[in-house]
Amino acid sequence: MSHKEVLICRCSDVTLEELRALIEEGYHTFEELKRITRIGMGPCQGKTCGHLVLRELSHCTGKSIDELRMQQSRPPGVGVKLSLIAKEAETNGE
Amino acid sequence: MVNKASVVIIGAGISGCSIAYHLAEKGMKDIVVVDKSYISSGATGRCGAGVRMQWGTKMNCLLAKKSIEFYEHADEILEYKRGVHFHQGGYLLLAYSEKELAQFKLNVKLQNSVGIPSKIVTVKEAKEIVPHLNTQGLYGGAFCKRDGFLDPFLTTDAFYLAAKRRGVKFLTYTQVRDIVTEKGTVSIVKTDKGDIHTEMVVNASGGYAQEIAKILGINMPVYSRRHQILVTEPVEHVQGPMVMSFSKNFYCQQNPKGPFIMGRGDDLEPTDLSIQSSWQFLEKMAKTIQHVLPPVSDLRVIRQWAGLYNMTPDKQPIYGTVEGIKGYYQALGFSGHGFMLGPLTGMIMSEMILGLPHEIDISPLSLARFERGDLILEPSVV
Repeated sequence: MSHKEVLICRCSDVTLEELRALIEEGYHTFEELKRITRIGMGPCQGKTCGHLVLRELSHCTGKSIDELRMQQSRPPGVGVKLSLIAKEAETNGE
Repeated sequence: MVNKASVVIIGAGISGCSIAYHLAEKGMKDIVVVDKSYISSGATGRCGAGVRMQWGTKMNCLLAKKSIEFYEHADEILEYKRGVHFHQGGYLLLAYSEKELAQFKLNVKLQNSVGIPSKIVTVKEAKEIVPHLNTQGLYGGAFCKRDGFLDPFLTTDAFYLAAKRRGVKFLTYTQVRDIVTEKGTVSIVKTDKGDIHTEMVVNASGGYAQEIAKILGINMPVYSRRHQILVTEPVEHVQGPMVMSFSKNFYCQQNPKGPFIMGRGDDLEPTDLSIQSSWQFLEKMAKTIQHVLPPVSDLRVIRQWAGLYNMTPDKQPIYGTVEGIKGYYQALGFSGHGFMLGPLTGMIMSEMILGLPHEIDISPLSLARFERGDLILEPSVV
């Protein structure tokens, strides 16, 4: 299978080919790759693609995975409907 | 590590990258940009991405108009293959009182006088532009079709790459520790990676601008306030324009790829450089959006984050030099619209540094205006 057909990030449609090209260009941290491709910013929040990205970074830069940082995880931990948050806020007398 | 430069620009956000690009484009050599983290890691990469011409002061109208005209052609000018994804779906500003509508009418008149194609819309017209808008309590609005939003990361990347191709050196993950002056002139920028000898420094450090100024003993009349944003799961594209209200203090856009992005201003937000997220924001935002754009509240929020607005007393930027320190320049205090003014910031600062005539007279935006008490208060900020 060509690298063009391997999807690394299903939420933002990022292929292995694109990812490797960016690392080659000099984007050497998860945060930088994320900002160019939106990798890890979709509904899964990097839960699917995160480790694949780190593995590629490790492979291409020669750094061990332990030295590399996963993207900043941001709240909420899972998707929550805004209407539920609004309802909760009302019952709290906020 | 580079140890000599003709100019050191502090901050690799939209302002710093645009200044570097414009200086290099005008032929300056040995330009160095330093940032304590990566490109667009600060306020730029955390902003709401919107750009609008609908402002309440003539100065902001002119600055924003010129910046948007640049953004309309950014991909060609900066030869950027990834594209900055400028979506001009307009800005719909909502008026919730007679008074607010009266202010909009004044603004639109001013905007039209400088060639900005904004107009007042009735409640019915507002509903036609955004069909899922709840019109309860609405008096009308203002709309400008050339406003819109573009990708802050890719836009900054475009300036960064164009500057790099013109010889600009970028030192990321490099923190400024000290700026040494000799006989009133800038001489060394000391970083955690080494010293850079230079006679010129530009402070374009966004949310940290007052901290950098403090190194030189300058007490700036600015502070940084946290602003928070959230993004939802992606859905079918249903909302063209950014929807915004000053009295309800919020904005909400839908990226053409599907997710809704919304944020709000809040005077209760801290001013201690914190960029932590809070649940209070989630609750207030959820309640506002449920009222104004009811169907949007059916979406799941998948991420929230925060950034800093570098606020000035009149909510307009400060461009220029500081008396007594030769070689020190500042572009700061953007009050939440640094991304939108990015192209112009680069043009203005490069003209100033190279001693070229200015296309727009920006003397009213000098630091001295606060001493004179000569403020030009901007009424239209979230």
